[in-house]
Amino acid sequence: MVNPEVELEVKLDAKLEVKNLRFRYNGFELLASLGVKKGEILTLLGPNGSGKTTMLKCIYGILKPKAPCVYLDGEDIHSMSLKDRAKKIGYVPQIHHPSFPYTVLEFVVMGRASQIQVFDSPSEEDYKMAMNALKLVGIVDLADKPYTQISGGQLQLALVARALVQNPEVILFDEPTAHLDFKNKIKISNIIRKITLSKKTATILTLHDPNLAGMYSDKIVLIKGGRIYSAGKPEKVLNGKVLSDVYEMKVRVVDVDSFKLIIPDQTY
Amino acid sequence: MKREIILSFFLLFPIFAFLLSLCIGVYKIPLLAIIKIIVAKTVEIATFGKFSFDLNSYPTAYQTVLLQIRLPRIITAMLVGSALAISGAVLQATFRNPLVDSYIVGISAGAAFGAALAIGFFPASIELTAFIFAMIAMTLTYSLAKIKGRVTVISLILAGIIINAFFSALTSMLKFLMEHEKLAAVVYWLMGSFNGADWNVVSRIAIPIILGSLAIFLMRWHLNVLSMGEEAQILGIDVGKMRLIYISIVSFITAISVAHCGIIGWVGLIMPHIVRMAFGPDHKTLIPLSIAIGAGFMVLADDVARALTTFEIPIGIVTTLLGIPFFVYLLRKTGGEW
Repeated sequence: MVNPEVELEVKLDAKLEVKNLRFRYNGFELLASLGVKKGEILTLLGPNGSGKTTMLKCIYGILKPKAPCVYLDGEDIHSMSLKDRAKKIGYVPQIHHPSFPYTVLEFVVMGRASQIQVFDSPSEEDYKMAMNALKLVGIVDLADKPYTQISGGQLQLALVARALVQNPEVILFDEPTAHLDFKNKIKISNIIRKITLSKKTATILTLHDPNLAGMYSDKIVLIKGGRIYSAGKPEKVLNGKVLSDVYEMKVRVVDVDSFKLIIPDQTY
Repeated sequence: MKREIILSFFLLFPIFAFLLSLCIGVYKIPLLAIIKIIVAKTVEIATFGKFSFDLNSYPTAYQTVLLQIRLPRIITAMLVGSALAISGAVLQATFRNPLVDSYIVGISAGAAFGAALAIGFFPASIELTAFIFAMIAMTLTYSLAKIKGRVTVISLILAGIIINAFFSALTSMLKFLMEHEKLAAVVYWLMGSFNGADWNVVSRIAIPIILGSLAIFLMRWHLNVLSMGEEAQILGIDVGKMRLIYISIVSFITAISVAHCGIIGWVGLIMPHIVRMAFGPDHKTLIPLSIAIGAGFMVLADDVARALTTFEIPIGIVTTLLGIPFFVYLLRKTGGEW
């Protein structure tokens, strides 16, 4: 079912390249090949249980496929040391289990751990980087607050800031908009776009909402049952027939102003 | 400003406790004599004996009591207090569990069994056997607490109770089989006491505890990262390896303490929480301040143990009676989870 055009896109000069990823779990098999360039946002989109998050974890190496399949500038990232990987790739998890009530600044500076020797503590420079990251995501005023007492949206921003101080070339976001309200969804999406453009990162997200995916992605990879169903630019992937097939319900795509609005059939 | 005042209080506390404890005891020595003897001895040591003072105006018993009985006992209590406080802080961070210390997870009970084995039955190093069984106990507790790949706050405590019971039973078995003259000593030692602390004990515990504490002190910032749990791996930390390193070091210093002073519970649980309440959870400050107040608290608790009544109360009893209300408070406050 893999679309032949997907293979073609990978051959472009990608920063991060996934070649024939193959991973077996819970009785079904995940298969994927894809590529992301610098300064580009790629979104993995699909229904619950389609394998988006698993795919993201496989890309980072939290789950390890048997054969090497993920390359950063041609280098196999699954054989890198944890330290080297953390210096190049940031990962923003969907769920964070809170710990002791560190201040937001102390929490964010932990993103520097891969650069700090075991007998050392963060330097002035590290704290400065953390403050800059907090400025960038817009929560610098929370720096001295316990991170266990901020809202869900603010915690998500703190997690993004923590990934930023790693100075990564690639950032992976696992459902960054889950649990957020309407305004915060847009806010965090804007920040992800801002980071991708200003830091020239290769960015991969998983998302639930096709409308949000359409607004913010340079490329969308549509996943169903662990396989890539369709991939490419949003205008190509987000069409009524493809989405109806993937979500197994009738979906219409309407042009509103300059973007496509996806409207589900409300009898489902 | 307020922060600096509290900080200096924390740092001066062990010095105050040290001086106060020199003055407390059944044998009465005038305060002036104590001060003169301390100053004289300090100057003598600092100048490598070039200056020495004539202290003959005082009975020789003064010097003996101060320098051969009280001083080594105070130093022992301070070393053990800081070792236990560090152990508590490190275990709370590595397991991201505010309700544990080396007593609750069973390290102390394992170490006590190991030491009792060496004391009663074969002539091995008590420190070494204590350490080996401390590690075995910790490993057992951890494996038992792991349910479906996760260790929760409560499952770790439950597993600790089981392993504690297991090693206590084994130790009771040893006591049952032990010769009578050894038994009395073992029973008293197990309850936790600094009664036997002399310069020989100091010489055996000082270097291991100082080295272990220094290692933790130097590695203290990474405890912040490790307290993020499995998530620390995405920050570049090998969680399994780091945990093993930290836990081995604290098992080691706990085992040294238990081998010489028995099981003294709850100190390791309480001290880090007091520091967190005043200064927050950052291990950059938490570790050094836990060392300071752990040392100070333990000497004061020992003062209570040896001076409150005409006979000596085992210190383990004193710390337990102080620790339990605190644990209840923490359990209520945290609800057993984050």
